[in-house]
Amino acid sequence: MKEKLFATVILAVIMFYVLPGLAAAETDIPKLTTTKPPFTEGIFPCSSCHASMPPNKEKRVLAFHPDIQLKHGGNWCLDCHDSANRDMLHLANGDLIPFDKVYQMCGQCHGNIYRDWKTGIHGKRTGYWNGDKTYYLCVNCHNPHSPKFKPIKPLPVPAKPLEIMKVKSTVPVVIEEKKLYIPEYDKANDKANEKANEKDKSSHK
Amino acid sequence: MIEFIKDLLRHIIKGNKLYYTWLSVLVLVITAGAIAYFRQLDEGLIVTNMRDQVSWGFYISNFTFFVGVAAAAVMLVIPSYIYHFKPIKEIVLFGEMIAVMAVIMCILLVVVDMGKPFHAWHIMMTPNFPSSLLVWDVIVLNGYLIINMSAVTYVLYRAAHGKEYKMSIMWPIVLLSIPWAFSIHTVTAFLYNGLSSRPFWNASIVAPRFIASALCSGPALMIIVFQIARKVSEVDISNEAIQKIAELIAYAMGLNLFLYAAEIFKEFYSHSIHLAPMDYLFFGLEKGGEHHNVLVPFTWIALFCNVTAFILFLMPKMRHKFTTMNLACVMILVGVYIEKGMGLIVPGFIPDTLGEIYDYLPSATELIVTAGIWAVGALIYTLMIKTAIPIYKGELSLIPKEQRRKIPAH
Amino acid sequence: MRRRDFIKSAAIGLGGLLIPADKSDASMWERFFQKYFREMTSEEKKTVAKKLEKDYQDKTGVAINVRTTDSQPGVKFGYGLDLSRCIGCRRCIYACVTENNLSRKPQVQYITVLEFKNGEKWVSDLEESRKYYNHELVPEPGHFYMPVQCQQCANPPCVKVCPTKATWREPDGIVAIDYDWCIGCRYCMAACPYGARKFNWAEPTVPPDQFNPNTHYLGNRPKAKGHVEKCTFCIQRTRENPGKYPACVEICPVGARKFGNLLDPESEVSRCIETKRVFRLKEELNTNPSFFYFFS
Repeated sequence: MKEKLFATVILAVIMFYVLPGLAAAETDIPKLTTTKPPFTEGIFPCSSCHASMPPNKEKRVLAFHPDIQLKHGGNWCLDCHDSANRDMLHLANGDLIPFDKVYQMCGQCHGNIYRDWKTGIHGKRTGYWNGDKTYYLCVNCHNPHSPKFKPIKPLPVPAKPLEIMKVKSTVPVVIEEKKLYIPEYDKANDKANEKANEKDKSSHK
Repeated sequence: MIEFIKDLLRHIIKGNKLYYTWLSVLVLVITAGAIAYFRQLDEGLIVTNMRDQVSWGFYISNFTFFVGVAAAAVMLVIPSYIYHFKPIKEIVLFGEMIAVMAVIMCILLVVVDMGKPFHAWHIMMTPNFPSSLLVWDVIVLNGYLIINMSAVTYVLYRAAHGKEYKMSIMWPIVLLSIPWAFSIHTVTAFLYNGLSSRPFWNASIVAPRFIASALCSGPALMIIVFQIARKVSEVDISNEAIQKIAELIAYAMGLNLFLYAAEIFKEFYSHSIHLAPMDYLFFGLEKGGEHHNVLVPFTWIALFCNVTAFILFLMPKMRHKFTTMNLACVMILVGVYIEKGMGLIVPGFIPDTLGEIYDYLPSATELIVTAGIWAVGALIYTLMIKTAIPIYKGELSLIPKEQRRKIPAH
Repeated sequence: MRRRDFIKSAAIGLGGLLIPADKSDASMWERFFQKYFREMTSEEKKTVAKKLEKDYQDKTGVAINVRTTDSQPGVKFGYGLDLSRCIGCRRCIYACVTENNLSRKPQVQYITVLEFKNGEKWVSDLEESRKYYNHELVPEPGHFYMPVQCQQCANPPCVKVCPTKATWREPDGIVAIDYDWCIGCRYCMAACPYGARKFNWAEPTVPPDQFNPNTHYLGNRPKAKGHVEKCTFCIQRTRENPGKYPACVEICPVGARKFGNLLDPESEVSRCIETKRVFRLKEELNTNPSFFYFFS
């Protein structure tokens, strides 16, 4: 009886100290809603094709994935993708993770950025500043196969001081499902801007 | 009293062809200005060339210049009342009338610059005092207007009764008006001076320069107006008085040029990034392959005018000759008008706080509205002189006609 | 008679002389003598907001909602901008224009995105900045970008100079403007070191079908010509509970923009300040902005 009581106390003590620690380890990554990884349509689950294909570890031109140009350090496919479970990724220690926890994968090398991402310094969040937030995954902005951010087309140049009335109309453009209204200038203004731009360029030389 | 008003109107109507031509020109310009202003009210300040980059322009430049002109009175008040310099004492009234005119023009120039002039009364409901220098400026400008109006009214009231003014009443007004005149310049200078966002204005020399240049432009305008007044009317203004004023201008201009030189030295020698506005004034700025230099010719004209006028005023021979003195006066007016107007306001915004350079020059609307306000000023002064001179001379009097005797000029 | 009443009746008399007769209907009078926002009771605020809603619906047929939500206790808004991420794509400018119902013609924009050449002097007077860059793609190699908008200073020069107290700092740190109390003297524009304040040089226009109907009285409600306006950290979004991020934060494709409560040590902006070396624009002017730039 005494022994049993002793064991219970020990167990309680252990639970008291260890369990919260375990829980803390669990919530180390903040509770978050993430977006979905940007798969090409119909490409996931990978197993639907790869299940019947034997893994080939050789570096080669991929016949089925010609759009994938791997420019990400010295990596090759199976460094991240798992050859046994095609619908999962694997970490360096062999743990399998789903695609929507890809940040654990990226965080293995990019530890500083992973830390910044967790606190919201790196990356993008949408939603509520004092409520639920949606975290963008690394792969929502960075193509994992070629992670450097690609240049994009800027929205229109603002009007020069004396041309603020030369706006013909504003037209919608949709960016990330949001409608933005951008100006269309009168022709004269466009020309002036082009000219200014040429001058700008020539002065840079 | 009714008789007096009738007389007054008779004097205003009475005049030769030149007088009527002058009046019609003024009315014409005022009408054009009013039409242009109503268009501005209707369409907004978009009809000006002011924009977010240069958010104050020609109106505020002219405002600043006329604050300087309003100093005219004090230049005369000091020598006449304090040192009892007789020749000037006689014309102090006309100087005070210039101050009244200039302050009215200042108020009009600020009103036309406002986006919502009908809401100007908000300033009385929730004045941001003492924090906003603009509230200070409203107070000192209106105060100065009241002080000078009371002085003019009192002197004329006594004259209309055939009496000379009592010094016991005049003294407090004089004692108040001298510091007050300095306050309108200081406060207006501080208005710009206090803005750390504009390095060009944020120099402690701005207020002293304001006063020095005001003591040039106001009296220079007076010298010219007095000569015109004594040509076209019977008012008696002695050469001695004009010479004395000219001498005072010489000192003031010397001080003004010295302070200006101090500022130019500091900017160009230290050559910090805050040089840009001064550089823009004198040489123009190069940016993005474009040369921005619209103010450069004006700056050099102003400098040339001020230096030449100073030399002319400095040499007694030149100062005593009316042709050269008048030339110097005109040059001072041109010089200070540029320097204390566009040359002070516009470079405050160039480059703007984000480094953009917008070559501001006033639009036609701004020019016409401003011309209209100049004409209002000229009209006010003409009518004031037209009534003040006969009162002063005793031709227009509150004393019943039969009791009247010609009072000698003081 | 109290001083105010006297001034008011004097102003009525004067106003009667000045207002064009054909426009002087009752509604216009009411607008003309509308009180200062900060002196309104919450009832009066609601009435005025309702009136704005009705006026806009009568004019355009579009229903809008004008809120007058107060600031939340324990909140001081702060903003972080990661200069090592910004690519100068100008999406923030137009997200802001769309969200805040900024005039399309004349063009009004709260955000200015500046381009600098690498290694160029840029911090203090920004005199090498290029605002009108026009590249096919951004970022242009060898260049970097710095967006500037209202820095919501703790020591705001614009508030200091405003003659009518039409602009003031709210408890949550937002520098607000009562558009109807502004007289359009533009002294604040001269005082602002960040070019943040914009003037309605002509009657602002927004096509009614493009008008964002969720508005705040101190934010994106319908505006008029002749007054100043500026960024309010999207007061109509951020003052709600839960409050959305400002529009510029949500649109930024590179996640360079951070927003949150400075009093909450866990907020994104607090974490930026804690772990990154931040700086504020033109710190030598002692304006003490709530807007922090940093390099991650």
